[in-house]
Amino acid sequence: MAGDTITSTEYIQHHLTNWTYGKHPDGHWGFAHSAQEATEMGFWAIHVDSMIWSIFLGAVFIFMFSRAAKTMTAGVPGGFQNFIEWVVDFVNENVRGSFSAKNDLVAPLALTIFFWVLLMNLMDLVPVDLIPRIAQEIGAAFGADPHHVYFKVVPTTDPNITFGMALGIFILMLYYSIKMKGLGGFFGELAFQPFGKWGMPANLLLEGISLISKPVSLALRLFGNLYAGEMIFILIALLYSGGIIWGTLGGFLQLGWAIFHILIIFLQAFIFMVLTIVYLDMAHQEHH
Amino acid sequence: MNINLTLFAQLIAFVVFVFFCMKFVWPPIMAALNERQKKIADGLAEAERGMQQQEIAEKNAEKQLSEAKQQASEILGQAQKRANEMVEDAKSVAIDEGNRIKEAAHAEVEKEVNRAKETLRTQVSAIAVAGAERILKKEINANSHQEILDDLAAQI
Repeated sequence: MAGDTITSTEYIQHHLTNWTYGKHPDGHWGFAHSAQEATEMGFWAIHVDSMIWSIFLGAVFIFMFSRAAKTMTAGVPGGFQNFIEWVVDFVNENVRGSFSAKNDLVAPLALTIFFWVLLMNLMDLVPVDLIPRIAQEIGAAFGADPHHVYFKVVPTTDPNITFGMALGIFILMLYYSIKMKGLGGFFGELAFQPFGKWGMPANLLLEGISLISKPVSLALRLFGNLYAGEMIFILIALLYSGGIIWGTLGGFLQLGWAIFHILIIFLQAFIFMVLTIVYLDMAHQEHH
Repeated sequence: MNINLTLFAQLIAFVVFVFFCMKFVWPPIMAALNERQKKIADGLAEAERGMQQQEIAEKNAEKQLSEAKQQASEILGQAQKRANEMVEDAKSVAIDEGNRIKEAAHAEVEKEVNRAKETLRTQVSAIAVAGAERILKKEINANSHQEILDDLAAQI
């Protein structure tokens, strides 16, 4: 599948480049035609593919669950309702286990994070070339150069997506810290621990790092795991261009890795949810 | 792999989806789950109560049964006693009656005997007078010999 004229490096690079719409260095807005152009756009650019899949999967989540919520009965549940209830119960159990304060936001937040991230991670199991290939055909039909049509299907392999969510959680952490302990209390927590008030600079440095590291590690953990998984799928896909023997081997490898990857997909969605709950719980506590 | 506007686009999408979930998804699902939980708890409590009631009813029935049995045996005993009494009564009545009849019969017999004696006596005196008339070939005045005749009759 590596194409007839491009090298392996180009193939991998192509797969790791987002479909980017942004402001070119010369000032006009448009799609980036290469990875380099996308980089040159700097901050004023948006990854169209990531956003399409992220919003689409979020909409799928909301659609599924709101449909279940509408037809929900307290009587004997059907199969679909059973599944939804299982997910909700699972999330609710985790929230109740880790979150001690009273807050109506946390449980729906956890459910959204868990299922949305799960759906985005699941996109990793779609064969790496399938959707990009279709996108290339469609792009070609609209007159674009197929080699310049970029389409990444797993939003969680885009650090923007994971950092976007982690940023939202970070804002909530700050908000609830200040709401629960007051501005002074929150500052005190940062400044007067663990060395007392004479060690304030050291305290601020330590506590500041530990505060910042929470959302950063949250985002990087998810991104790193999924990015690595995606990378391995791409490398396995390279084998398909190496003839029938390498191709067969690649098939088995892809199957094996996909089965193993299911674990990572669930685990990372779960970890993201649990850590969100724990961080928000910490924000509600007086001392930790 | 550039950090750019996508970050904030995702942040906005995140907020929107969480808001939707909080407003329209979570509350109805939780409400239904809680309602079912309550239903099940109620049902279990109801079953528990039913079992208890059944137990009580069983105990009651057992008690009543044993009471009835006791009563029945009491009644049976009383009836037995009563029957014995009646038999005894009847026996004594019968004995009394028999004795009375026997006594009456005795008295009757005695009366008969006395009457027979009486008749015999009168007849004897008449026979004795007739016999003596024959012997003496002359009439005897019964009145003048009444004393002797009475004496004779009394000896019989």
